[in-house]
Amino acid sequence: MPLIKLTKLEKTYYTGGVETPVLCQVSFSIEKGEFVAIMGPSGSGKSTLLHILGFLDRHTAGEYRFDGKTIDDLSPDEIAHVRNQKMGFVFQSFNLLPRTSVLDNIKLPLLYSDIPEKKWTTLASAAAKAVGLSHRLNFQPAQLSGGEKQRVAIARALINKPEVIFADEPTGNLDTKTSEQIMQLFQNLNEEKHTIVLITHEPDIAKHARRILYIRDGQLAKDEKIS
Amino acid sequence: MTIKHTIKTSFNGLSVNKSRTLLTLLGIVIGITSIILVMSVGAGAQSAILGQFKGLGSRTISIEPGRMPEGPSDMAEIYTDSLKKRELVALQDKGNVPGLVNLTPLVMLPATLAYQNETYRANVIGGSPLIADILDIQPETGNFFTEDDVKLRSSVTIIGSKIKDELFGASDAIGQKIKIKGRTFRIIGVIAPKGQVMMLEVDKMALVPYTTAQQYLLGIDYFQDIMAQAESEEAAPAAVRDIEQTLRTLHNITDPKKDDFHIVTQAVVVERVGIITGILTVLLVSVAAVSLVVGGIGIMNIMLVSVTERTREIGLRKALGATDQDILSQFLTEAMMMTVLGGLLGIGFGAGFSLIAASILNKVTALAWPFTFPISAAMLGIGVATFIGLVFGLYPARLASQKSPIEALRYE
Repeated sequence: MPLIKLTKLEKTYYTGGVETPVLCQVSFSIEKGEFVAIMGPSGSGKSTLLHILGFLDRHTAGEYRFDGKTIDDLSPDEIAHVRNQKMGFVFQSFNLLPRTSVLDNIKLPLLYSDIPEKKWTTLASAAAKAVGLSHRLNFQPAQLSGGEKQRVAIARALINKPEVIFADEPTGNLDTKTSEQIMQLFQNLNEEKHTIVLITHEPDIAKHARRILYIRDGQLAKDEKIS
Repeated sequence: MTIKHTIKTSFNGLSVNKSRTLLTLLGIVIGITSIILVMSVGAGAQSAILGQFKGLGSRTISIEPGRMPEGPSDMAEIYTDSLKKRELVALQDKGNVPGLVNLTPLVMLPATLAYQNETYRANVIGGSPLIADILDIQPETGNFFTEDDVKLRSSVTIIGSKIKDELFGASDAIGQKIKIKGRTFRIIGVIAPKGQVMMLEVDKMALVPYTTAQQYLLGIDYFQDIMAQAESEEAAPAAVRDIEQTLRTLHNITDPKKDDFHIVTQAVVVERVGIITGILTVLLVSVAAVSLVVGGIGIMNIMLVSVTERTREIGLRKALGATDQDILSQFLTEAMMMTVLGGLLGIGFGAGFSLIAASILNKVTALAWPFTFPISAAMLGIGVATFIGLVFGLYPARLASQKSPIEALRYE
């Protein structure tokens, strides 16, 4: 069973009686362990697609199964639990809590998990080590560089050992060199069997993935495997 | 999320804007402070007033002319002349009221006492020698006047220690002549310092035979009060009934509603004082409660601002697995932490101000005004503060919890 399976998925926004189709007849599957980049120009619907994949938004037609379940099978609390336990999120603008240490930022998803508190620091330190931030645990976000901030976000996404990490333009706010390092980190994580789905509009970033889904005008234009 | 982490998260949320948090909870602080102050001062007033009557002793019975005053317009009834010599004699008859001792009529008037060039404004009390037993006072020097002085309408007086100090200083007052309302009285004694008993400032009063006061100072033939004591506390209710019976028979009264006298005992006073101070306290507390509503609206306002400011944080938390309930709890806890903190500060300030108020009242009034801090007031303060947080925090917290995560994450 694929981890992610979309069948003729559609998303239409209705605002003031006007229908705006954003995604149209999108079908694809992602298996565990894949590293997929969803690429497309801005306005192509790739961000909406990622929101639907991350159970942050609902599709309007077709079917999306994550780990065998659709969003309609789940109660709001169960959806929150899936996001907490099975999904990790990395955002373009890092979204770290200000005035909160690196360690506490990484711990944030644990607050909403069933993991006992005494394990939190060990888990967070391990996640920080995995992204190469062991020396920054007590720093505040304001004291970190952009690349370091994104590493904190990635550690935070990793902490609950999710089935998949969704990254929305993770290098969008970073310079080329730092972007390269972050992508290298994603590659390393993928080699350690993490499933990664990331969105980008830059071919240089997408090429780090092992598979690229091209989205254009809300439709899947091309599904390319990179060997 | 565990309660511990909800509290920790809320605390962090509040400490980001320390001055804003403090200003916001000021409304609650002021509201709770006033409630505590009112309740504490109210309780102090109650025990100060009751303290006056405790001295009355549970045996003491006061028979006053006129109906029991029910309102200000009834106060004039006190000056009716339904208690005279005839009533006194009837009450002294053991056949009528067996359990009564120490009967003494009372007349009172404020008057200026003059000795040479010195004057002193005092209360002149006309009584019988038995008043010494009722008020539990003794002469410090000299003697009390006697039954003979009462019979002869002697112009003698025994004065309070304060009057003695003011008029005579260190020199001896016994045998000296002072003028009261133009009439010359001979001082036969000085009362040992006692302070206040039954609303009477013993140290600032001059005692004279009641007959003298009636005839020469007031020109009346009735009494303003007849005081007496039951033989024992247990005998008091029976004595009260006997007194009522005797006076009704004497005055041909069949309907108790038409009584031209009323009887005051400690039990009656305690009950009345309790009711009056209780009503006043409730009244003042309700006024103070209005300021709490204002404070609550301030909390709600700031919570709404905070929810908007932290829209992205809410979106992030939801994306990372926070349920609606988690977000609701976080913001509700923030509101309640503010109000409870405000409540605690209010209780502290309230207690402090009450203490200051009590010590000032102690100095400026002659009452023994105790500092009372009712635990019920503190509990009420905390309860009300929590409730305000709950009520005014709920709406902003619900708004926060219902935010859609993508909308929230997109918010700039």
